[in-house]
Amino acid sequence: MEKKKSFWNFFTSGYLILVLLFIYLPILYVMVFSFNDSKSMTSFEGFSLQWYENMFNNREMLESIKTTVLVAVIATVVSTVMGTVAAIGLSKAKRIVRSIVLEINNLPVLNPDIVTAISLMLLFLSLKIRRSLVTLTLSHITFCIPYVILTVLPKLRQLDDNVAEAALDLGATPWKALTKVIIPQIYPAIFSGALIAFSMSFDDFVISFFTSGVDVQNISMYVYSMKRFNPSVNALSTLIVIVVTVILIMANLIPYLKDKKTNKGEQET
Amino acid sequence: MKSFFRMTYPYILWIGIFIVAPMLMILLYAVTRSGNSTLTFQFTLDNFAKFFSDPDFMKVLWTSLRIAFITTVFCILIGYPAALFIANLSERTQTLMVLLLTLPMWINMLLKTYAWRGILMNFDMESEVKVFIGMVYDFLPYMIIQIHTAIAKLDRELLTASYDLGANKWQSFLKVTLPLSVPGIISGITLVFLPAVSSFVIPKLLGGGNYVLIGNLIEKYFLVAGDWNFGSAISLIMALIIIGSMWLTKKIDRNAEEE
Repeated sequence: MEKKKSFWNFFTSGYLILVLLFIYLPILYVMVFSFNDSKSMTSFEGFSLQWYENMFNNREMLESIKTTVLVAVIATVVSTVMGTVAAIGLSKAKRIVRSIVLEINNLPVLNPDIVTAISLMLLFLSLKIRRSLVTLTLSHITFCIPYVILTVLPKLRQLDDNVAEAALDLGATPWKALTKVIIPQIYPAIFSGALIAFSMSFDDFVISFFTSGVDVQNISMYVYSMKRFNPSVNALSTLIVIVVTVILIMANLIPYLKDKKTNKGEQET
Repeated sequence: MKSFFRMTYPYILWIGIFIVAPMLMILLYAVTRSGNSTLTFQFTLDNFAKFFSDPDFMKVLWTSLRIAFITTVFCILIGYPAALFIANLSERTQTLMVLLLTLPMWINMLLKTYAWRGILMNFDMESEVKVFIGMVYDFLPYMIIQIHTAIAKLDRELLTASYDLGANKWQSFLKVTLPLSVPGIISGITLVFLPAVSSFVIPKLLGGGNYVLIGNLIEKYFLVAGDWNFGSAISLIMALIIIGSMWLTKKIDRNAEEE
């Protein structure tokens, strides 16, 4: 029996390791080949940093990184603020109004990206608005807000209404009740909403492809339109993987450390 | 509390302009003839008739559904055991595994697909196999996480009860764990099958242009052929298929829960 069990454990952990290997294979692969001395993607011919150097000399690539970050930052800030404000309003709205707004809010989430992309492109084309960085940013804000609302609203509905009421009864202005009572309680949800918005915007290809101008491209569009295989992309991917990992570790660690600190504080008093 | 409701006004205005109006435009273009001027529209259903009567278009639709279906089946076959094994680990290792599975989701899909292109250059295989590897890769974590959430929620006492009543491990799995994890499989399917139907980047990058899926067709009619009316009709058909099947799965899911 014991023997059977240890074999089973061996089998299950082996299986999970294989799945993880599959999931991390492309990531490890680009990391290794970003240091390759040759252009080959099949054989490793020595260590070099030339693709990193190439990347920083490739103006088109740098431009696409700049565009991606700029659009993602603007889209995150605008959609987080507008989405949080709207979610707070919706949590106090009549049920029917809330469900209608939420149905519409869900459209960009449920719709295939390409349909959202086409619909926005048709809007800009028929209003004769030239597609540019501005239309790209407007489109990103549009598909980011729903995710912010879907993250923040459930948290708001868990809140005790009486607390905000009490603040108002005690003479707080609605603004004060909002900033001193409601927002501090939903801060973690706002933060994860913003994180999702940023990642959605940063990674988007389809909607950007249809809504941005010919002279504006983000990283995804740059990679898609590349005619020949360019190992500098490996260097770029490696840097992105490192940044994403650091951000995610911090996002998971900060609440944990904070908890520890407050627990300690409580114990001391 | 009324003053709070005013906070939604900017957003309502925003969705009016950027979600409702654009969707209405797709609808409008889909049911009109090309060459509309601003004020005169000629209503027609020709665009839909054209799509459904042409065997080439039907083939594209069929290929899209087939690829999405096979991708989903592989995601379940590989993902279910993984989710089950993860659920049997200690709490701490489970959190770590979920974190490890989510991390690559945050990395740009185009870059990951491009990496696969590099890896698959080493192998001589059919482009269809390459497309499946890329698709399963992209969607597998979603499937595992959905199923794992369903299994982790399971009441362990049920399994204990099943053992006490004389069932062996395999019987308990078939009679207890599997049926109770169906909601997880269903939400996994909605996260895999539906986006897979409309994907067009992976087939294009890994399939080497041999694949025309419905997404590629829409792209072609808008950006190459410039036939917005027909392109809109295809988009509308796809949106209806996807939102319709989502509604259906939700309904089945709810009925199953009630039973």
